[in-house]
Amino acid sequence: MKKKAAKEATEDEMQEILKGFSSGKGATIPLLQKVQERDGYISAEAVREVADFLELPESEVYGIATFYSEFKLIKPGRHHVKICMGTSCYLGGGKELLDHLSRELGILPGRTTEDGEFSLETVACLGCCSKSPVMSVDGRIFGGVSLSSADRILAHLD
Amino acid sequence: MKIASDSQRFALFREEAKSAWLELIQGSRPLICTGMSTCGISAEAANSKKVMEEELRVKGIDAKSMNVGCLGLCYAEPLVYIKIPGKPMICYGNITPEIAPDFINEVFAAGKTSESETSAALATSAVSAASSSSGPSSEFLRERCLGTLDLPEMETKDRFEDPESPSIWEHPMIKPQIRIALRNCGIIDPECVEHYIARGGYTALEKALGMPPEKVIEEVKASGLRGRGGAGFPTGMKWEFCRRSPGNEKFLICNADEGDPGAFMDRSILEGDPHAVIEGMLIAAHAIGCTEGFIYCRAEYPLALKRLDIALQQARDLGLLGRNILGTGMNFDISIKEGAGAFVCGEETALMASIEGRRGMPRARPPFPANAGLWGKPTNINNVETLSNLSSIINQGGSWYSKFGIGRSRGTKTLSLAGSVRRAGLIEVPLGMTLREVIYGIGGGIPGDKACKAILTGGPSGGCLPAEFLDLPVDYESLMEKGSIMGSGSMIVVDEDTCIVDTARFFLTFTQSESCGKCTPCRIGTRQMLAALEKICRGRGETSDIPRLEKLANTVRSGSLCGLGAGAPNPVLTTLKYFRSEYDLHILEKRCPAMVCKDLIRYYIDEQKCHGCGLCKDSCPVGAISGEKKAVHVIDGNACIKCGACLDACPDKFKAVEKGAAQCVY
Repeated sequence: MKKKAAKEATEDEMQEILKGFSSGKGATIPLLQKVQERDGYISAEAVREVADFLELPESEVYGIATFYSEFKLIKPGRHHVKICMGTSCYLGGGKELLDHLSRELGILPGRTTEDGEFSLETVACLGCCSKSPVMSVDGRIFGGVSLSSADRILAHLD
Repeated sequence: MKIASDSQRFALFREEAKSAWLELIQGSRPLICTGMSTCGISAEAANSKKVMEEELRVKGIDAKSMNVGCLGLCYAEPLVYIKIPGKPMICYGNITPEIAPDFINEVFAAGKTSESETSAALATSAVSAASSSSGPSSEFLRERCLGTLDLPEMETKDRFEDPESPSIWEHPMIKPQIRIALRNCGIIDPECVEHYIARGGYTALEKALGMPPEKVIEEVKASGLRGRGGAGFPTGMKWEFCRRSPGNEKFLICNADEGDPGAFMDRSILEGDPHAVIEGMLIAAHAIGCTEGFIYCRAEYPLALKRLDIALQQARDLGLLGRNILGTGMNFDISIKEGAGAFVCGEETALMASIEGRRGMPRARPPFPANAGLWGKPTNINNVETLSNLSSIINQGGSWYSKFGIGRSRGTKTLSLAGSVRRAGLIEVPLGMTLREVIYGIGGGIPGDKACKAILTGGPSGGCLPAEFLDLPVDYESLMEKGSIMGSGSMIVVDEDTCIVDTARFFLTFTQSESCGKCTPCRIGTRQMLAALEKICRGRGETSDIPRLEKLANTVRSGSLCGLGAGAPNPVLTTLKYFRSEYDLHILEKRCPAMVCKDLIRYYIDEQKCHGCGLCKDSCPVGAISGEKKAVHVIDGNACIKCGACLDACPDKFKAVEKGAAQCVY
């Protein structure tokens, strides 16, 4: 019963998003974005949901979800750490920062810690090149991050 | 009658906006502007702003606090400008949250002394005392003062010249610039359409709407404006193709998918002056005859998306978007399409595939988008910067714009100057300025007086130019002649501490992972090239790797459909051409002269400098450092993973941890 209600809610949501599109054209990406906004990631179930809804093959939706780096196929952690890997950040110590946090958190980039607290990933460029190296934690952007200041930033999250 | 009423209503709005703007910048209320672009926010501008507002509240000073975009002096962020009535607006740099209370105290200095006065009187006296002195009054303020920000619309008394604080337009970073696309960035509140309109916004649209579309295209052609996204195709010609293409339904796309790592001009424009882009799109739509517009903006720019959304709504409310625009009968609206993180979507056919909701993969051209673009309809795609130049071109004429520039590269170009320069930031220069003027004049040279080693232009599809080309003019042709490209205008300066081979490897890592996989040479070739570069960086390179890299590079370049594949080999080819000796050192001597490639270096502690503080030992994640308190510490080379934590932890006053060449590699 509950599941059915949830399904209807999802359909309503999707209808809402679809309003902006004539005959559902070009709706796959915004729909996936919406699903990710809701769930934090794109689960196999969500791929099926979107495919059913748009009457597309599941493989096509999955192909789109894997093509774009924004879509996460693994459940993200409570805190989301992104390390900028733009040229300026890379040359300014971003790689060391990434390696350091990867070691400290015990996960590879793209993964989530077992306790579900942190997920770590890289981002192509946050466009704050003059502040390298840059990282973003839960959407908040920090510039000029050293290995030790990164530890402090993560330690002071609630 | 409808026509008159719509434009009259808008004219009235403009007059009101103008007087409100003048009242704001030279009225009776102190004004505090904080640079609140993403770059400013990453330097804690939002916190500074909060602290300053709180401080003013405590002091009982009634001041207007306003957000502005990025003025481009990113190195000095957070930037704050303060306007005290009757005094010039002064721009201060590095106003961090820690010093923000002192800063407000210093600006309103007199408030501190008279304890007996009531708080209201105190506040008044603070403001009047602040207005009586000229220029930044104390050492504290002088140190942080960047100049007075005078605007042409200000009354002369508010623009007076003070030797203590010369005009910001005389600042060495700004003086050589010609700011056309960036004309409003860092000056107006980007979320306030009144500011844009007060400063002449949408006058070009009115003018363009009064011109026949062909005439608008002529004007753009005369300006010599070329696509600022990277390819440099003449904008006027592109418009003409699309205009001539048959069809009632035509689309206009603004490419704001600035995926090029190291480029942030589009972000700054969208965050600092979104209406300039919207006005540019309206002018283009009128000239081409487009019926619907899209802004394809990357999701990594949430603030730009938010400000665009606000700006679009404002434009709709003013009748500048939608049906019967300004009573002229033109119908056009713009919607935002959020990119989902794929560099290849900057390529126009891939971008359109992405808007259509598919995997963003480029396709062969022809048919060109001008004939069959989005959903098979004629489509014109322009970059953010290209569009934000348009209103100035229409207002001041194509020949005015073409006065700037050199050869076939006319006008100005924004550059995101970053890397190893003293004054990093966003600048706009006339095309043809030399790299030296940009890096040493505007950028102030390399910090620590190190030598400039190379300049990376054009991002991952661009090239790596050695310092011997410092006198090369920055224009499309000159850069291409040397094997690099203008690209979107990213310019990263590297010094002797950067390994060129590692840099080439970095770019290949990027292009390899961003390759969409459609063309085999790109999909497999970039992977093979990356493997060869990784091998060289690990000290396992062989002499045969170099000709192999060159062969692969040529295959990838000639066998790929789009700019990603065609440009991917550029960093490798240019570094091989100009920095061959560095490859040779890696391959033959297994040495990385810049001490970057991990497998070729070792960390050690200088016995003479080590004070035995133990910080390095605590920081080492693998317990490779031993030593008693107050005794010299030692790194066990076999256990060390070369993470650099000890180098980071060692206090600057000791600098005992050093990098050296690994003694034995394979």
